[in-house]
Amino acid sequence: MSITPEKLKYLDSHEWAHVADDSTGIATIGISEFAVEELTDLVFMALPKVGQTVTAKSEFGEVESVKAVSPMYSPVSGTVVEIHSALVDKLEMLTVDPYNEGWIIKVKMSNPSELDRLLDWEAYKKQCSH
Amino acid sequence: MLKFLHPTLYFGVAGLKTVNGSVVAAEQLFVDKANFFMSSQLAATPLLAWHQSHGARMAEFANYQMPIQYTGIVSEHNATRTAVGVFDISHMGRLRFDGPRADQLLDHVLTRRVVDMQTGQVRYSLICNVEGGILDDVLVSCLESPSGKNYFLLVVNASNRAKIVHWLQPHLADFPDVEFHDVTDATAMIAIQGPKAIELCKPLLPASALTLGYYRAKVTDQMSKPCIVSRTGYTGEDGLELIVKAEDAARVWENIMMAGRELGVQPVGLGARDTLRLEAAMPLYGHELDETIDPYQAGLGFACNLKDRIFVGCEALIQKSKDSTIPKRIGLILDGRRAARQGAEIFDTDSRLVGQVTSGSFSPTLDKPIAMAYVDSSVAIVGTALDVDIRGTKVSSVIVQLPFYKRP
Repeated sequence: MSITPEKLKYLDSHEWAHVADDSTGIATIGISEFAVEELTDLVFMALPKVGQTVTAKSEFGEVESVKAVSPMYSPVSGTVVEIHSALVDKLEMLTVDPYNEGWIIKVKMSNPSELDRLLDWEAYKKQCSH
Repeated sequence: MLKFLHPTLYFGVAGLKTVNGSVVAAEQLFVDKANFFMSSQLAATPLLAWHQSHGARMAEFANYQMPIQYTGIVSEHNATRTAVGVFDISHMGRLRFDGPRADQLLDHVLTRRVVDMQTGQVRYSLICNVEGGILDDVLVSCLESPSGKNYFLLVVNASNRAKIVHWLQPHLADFPDVEFHDVTDATAMIAIQGPKAIELCKPLLPASALTLGYYRAKVTDQMSKPCIVSRTGYTGEDGLELIVKAEDAARVWENIMMAGRELGVQPVGLGARDTLRLEAAMPLYGHELDETIDPYQAGLGFACNLKDRIFVGCEALIQKSKDSTIPKRIGLILDGRRAARQGAEIFDTDSRLVGQVTSGSFSPTLDKPIAMAYVDSSVAIVGTALDVDIRGTKVSSVIVQLPFYKRP
């Protein structure tokens, strides 16, 4: 089942969250296509470890392009239950499909109501076109 | 949040800010904040409209709105290494000196001898203060005007132009017969760089301009538009730099892009200009050079002619030329994929702090992170293993011979 950007929730800083199944309380987190395009020429990504806790709007990792380093911020709080370790060696997956192949971490949410504070696709899109 | 640092914000050059104001704090960011909020009036090069209409990502550099990248740093970098890249470098300062004593004035303010320059010669030089600290690095050209008179052109860094023009005033007063003009705004400057640069220019320039030797320049014309051509550049590739009238710039630029279509020409922004010059180990003012650095530690002793000359800073430079204990500029190749940026600290294998990175980037040509740095002279030896602190993680590196890249 393919995830499309319309179904996702966003931070204004371009990270997305997706909950495939409400009963699990697990959110998949990534960065938007807009973010990938802005960054260009990605060379490195630092990810947290499984079991690490993350806090909404706090840094969970960083992504580096030829000229810039950008921290990535978590849309939700919780515990990291899975990381996409294959992505680190194949950052071009982010360019190909940032919403499926390019997912970054999965987080067991401690406060799912945080999702309600995120931007929906329309609001996020509007922000990107400023 | 994921912060979009404009690529060049990481250049860390004083005076660099994003145009739209989305500047964020970052460890590598050396932005003059007061200046940023006040500088609503940005200067534009005569090619601004072209950049904007061709998808360039723009940022402010030395108070100019400049293209940072068009398609992407790596693609523009590689185009310059393998084919030809075209750069708008109109932000560079262009200062003209006329009069029979212009050579003597410049000989007095430059570390490099000027009085023996022949028509058509270009030299790399430094301008130092009396303490021997570097005020700027420059190119000085001896040119012949169409009317047959010799004059000199000094190309200075954009970020230092105002400082240098101000600093020159008392020296100009000592040579009242020398006519000085800052011709930056009246002209544009375009670099054509890469293995196919000369081929690109074949339909555009007279044969005499295409056969210029390295570091030679002449006044000629580009399809009847007056033009100064010099065989110089800031990429490590062969190529030319053109200076044309501001009103002719758009036409000349279009001619170049047209002539290069079959050759794989790409417009190149300041992002790739920085990675190209870094691979070629060319210093950048504000990084490898500043007023606390002297030419010898920067490895630029060749640009100082101390013998039988009196010039600003010469006494201090004689002393500095004998001091082997000061930190030296070196090149590092790092393990892994992360680049060390300006300010990253460097440690020896005993965890002793021995220096600091001045420029660092991922090198598209080497496919590895590279950096230039100043380190204690005791460890400044090719082959020495050093650790670089990249945001809290120590990364192994080794000192290598500069430049990182030499054209085949």
